[in-house]
Amino acid sequence: MTENVIEVRDLHTRFGTAVVHDGVSFTVKHGEVFALVGASGCGKSTLLREMIVLQSPVSGSIRILDREVTGLSDDEALALRRRWGVMFERGALFSALTVTENVTTVLEEHTTLSAQLRTEVAAVKIALTGLPPDAGQKYPNELSGGMRKRAALARALALDPELLFLDEPTAGLDPLSASGIDELVRHLRDALGLTIMMVTHDLDLLWRAADRVAVLGEGHILGIGTMPELAKSAHPLVHEYFYGPRGRAAREQAWKQR
Amino acid sequence: MAPSAMAALATPNILAGDSPSQLRCEGAWVTRMLAPLEERIAAVAKDLGKEVLIDGSAITALDTSGAWLLHRTVRALELGGRSVRVQGLRPEFDALLQLVASRSVHVGEAAAPPLGRLTALGLAAWEAVRGAYGLLSFLGEAALTWARSVLDPRRIRWRAIFHNIQTAGFEALPITGLLSFLLGIVIAYQGAEQLRRVGANIYIADLVGLSMVRELSPLITAIIVAGRSGSAYTAQIGTMKVTEEIDALRTIGIGPLDLLVLPKVVALAIVLPLLTVYTDIMGIVGGMIMARAQLQVSFTTFLHRLEEAVSLTSYVIGVGKAPVFAVIIALVGCYQGFRVTGSAESVGQRTTVSVVQSIFLVILSDAMFSIAFSWLEI
Repeated sequence: MTENVIEVRDLHTRFGTAVVHDGVSFTVKHGEVFALVGASGCGKSTLLREMIVLQSPVSGSIRILDREVTGLSDDEALALRRRWGVMFERGALFSALTVTENVTTVLEEHTTLSAQLRTEVAAVKIALTGLPPDAGQKYPNELSGGMRKRAALARALALDPELLFLDEPTAGLDPLSASGIDELVRHLRDALGLTIMMVTHDLDLLWRAADRVAVLGEGHILGIGTMPELAKSAHPLVHEYFYGPRGRAAREQAWKQR
Repeated sequence: MAPSAMAALATPNILAGDSPSQLRCEGAWVTRMLAPLEERIAAVAKDLGKEVLIDGSAITALDTSGAWLLHRTVRALELGGRSVRVQGLRPEFDALLQLVASRSVHVGEAAAPPLGRLTALGLAAWEAVRGAYGLLSFLGEAALTWARSVLDPRRIRWRAIFHNIQTAGFEALPITGLLSFLLGIVIAYQGAEQLRRVGANIYIADLVGLSMVRELSPLITAIIVAGRSGSAYTAQIGTMKVTEEIDALRTIGIGPLDLLVLPKVVALAIVLPLLTVYTDIMGIVGGMIMARAQLQVSFTTFLHRLEEAVSLTSYVIGVGKAPVFAVIIALVGCYQGFRVTGSAESVGQRTTVSVVQSIFLVILSDAMFSIAFSWLEI
């Protein structure tokens, strides 16, 4: 057993002639909140989809929880999928089911717990994500954007995963809900001992929740490290990312709070 | 919790301890392995003294579900009037137990009471009333939109109309043609046996011509179009509703009925009579081929007899029903689309309802036409 939960090595991805990843490598350690950032269209989401075995790279290796995930058979992928949770950008809650049912469905599929215990466990997960108790009875289209994200997080936590993938956890949320998510991410990591891998644009979230950050651009990892380290990076794209007008505001905010 | 230790998990268990008021927990209390434990807890927790000590030092792994089960056990014992102490847990497990306990106040309060039978009946009736009201409102709104468009023809969306004529009409030619051709063959084949017996071979033209032109061809065309296009209308509008495109149209000042409903109604009202004429021809061609093969009635004889058998009135009645069917199909399809609420399942439900309802209404109105015509003796 190594300390690394995710190891990506020399990853290449192409769509037709468009090169998305041209030799991407990084590792995520156990218990870390790791963030992947970059401009829109730089291949962050593609990389995430490759990690959760929804898509295959052209070449390279991705090891997650000590298993090579490229070229995995369906059965092997299932075994691995039970050990991680994924929260999609738009929630992707099952619209025909209530929030509680969204969570219990996962438990029903993969465990033999009694219906009573399943409902109770679902209620605990829903409470853990900070949703009010009556939210469980609601359907996804009755929830606000922020609540939907939390509900999606509750479903991702259903099987008590060791690793959590978050795709844009704060996209489309107001600053107040978004800062709630920041705290939630750290809180879950501390309380449940999760490793969290997130893809995000949100500079505030990066400053407040991420332990380490990798900047993806031009098909490579342009910089990797803690936020203060990256902020000193000399690479023009990384520099621009952190020192653009919005980057500066988030930085000042973050320093004030420390 | 030690995820890296997941590979070798000991079966979780709960045992009576050294003294009668002691319980000992051991193994991995994790989601995947909890099922048998639930029952064991109920069995073990029966005969305990007033002061219970739960020893958790042998728990090797604990996740939120396991912590919840432990917390639930403790709470159930406490509700039974016992005092409970949990000891020996690893600090991280203890923290998790505290966390779950702090959230557990919510659990169990939220379940809504199940509906009584009378309430459910009332709700269903109310839903039906609202549905009828909604349909009427929709008809009214559609009529208003239509009237506005007639008064101000610039509002008419010609592009959308032509697009719908192509998809609902032109692209339906192969399937409607093939099916009515086969229908013509079937009718002629069934009729041939009977007619040959009485030596009335030539009346095959009456049989095929009248039944196809007056009843079957408008009906089969309408049914195919309802299945092909009516369902598509519901699914399209329903999906647009789920993705809030309908609201977006409203906010940029485009009436959804202007853009989505009226062109479909107009296009279908144009196209369905044309399709009916086409299926008339295909059905009669099918009947003609069968008549020659089975009854030795030549094409020229058949066509000659057809002229006498099928009056202009019958033909006009058949084609004239088509626009009515078209309006029914388009309006029901669109209305059901607008009734979709938020979920993907609802799109499927509404599409089913749309097809069933429009076919039902088409056949019902066909029956009413027949009754009306027989009164009028046409």
